[in-house]
Amino acid sequence: MIPLTYYLLLSAALFTLGVLGFMIKRNVISMFMCIELMLNAVNLSFVALARQFSLLDGQIFVFFVMAVAAAEAAVGLGIVVALFRNRHTLDVDEARLMKW
Amino acid sequence: MELGVFVILAVVSVASAANILIQRQPIHSALSLILTFVCLAGIYLQMHAEFIAVMQVVIYTGAIMVLFVFVIMLLNAREEVSPHKSRVVRFLGIPLVIVLLVELGSIVFHSFPEGTPVAQETLSGSLGNTQSIGMLLYTDYAIPLELTSILLLVAIVGAILLAKKEL
Repeated sequence: MIPLTYYLLLSAALFTLGVLGFMIKRNVISMFMCIELMLNAVNLSFVALARQFSLLDGQIFVFFVMAVAAAEAAVGLGIVVALFRNRHTLDVDEARLMKW
Repeated sequence: MELGVFVILAVVSVASAANILIQRQPIHSALSLILTFVCLAGIYLQMHAEFIAVMQVVIYTGAIMVLFVFVIMLLNAREEVSPHKSRVVRFLGIPLVIVLLVELGSIVFHSFPEGTPVAQETLSGSLGNTQSIGMLLYTDYAIPLELTSILLLVAIVGAILLAKKEL
């Protein structure tokens, strides 16, 4: 049996990489991908803790997180397409006005 | 053996997650992220969370990342250029991220010391993993499940509205 600590440390490392990517990337799509990475890191710790306490509830939460991630990706990418159509750029620094 | 497989999957997933940050072309980042997701699916399989592993592949790699790759190609996203990169990120961001990692690591070690016993009984009893999740999902979690369907409906309407010609 692999100790819980290993899974949680892997989850922490992936989450940190996601946070770092969210800060250093300037492309909207790359920033979105870093958000997905953070969601996955959290999912990993949910599943690891579900195994630790032999409860299935953690896996149910992962299921809901995935549904929210799918909804978020659809709406977010719709916003990205709308942004590109209006501003012809994917750089977030270019999109700092609420209305143009 | 079990530990070896875990270490390989963990190293590959962290390396491909780091590759997301290194690559400047969004399409290369997307392909790296797919590799990370597949490694995570392998780790879920190892934890006997078969349903979650399959969902990981079907939803994340199959649906979400296809959408990402589709949008990247549709918008013809090029190499990112950052002429006026914020200095705050360079001098404050990376140290703060290291602080975050150390903090998370210390929390993990304090909450679950090395010898924390792992529950030995099987998760799902006599039923399979998918069957137990289905039972739980339609009994205890029936209302959240219905709310999720409403959320997905709202997302469909929102995505169509956002993608309309004139916004």
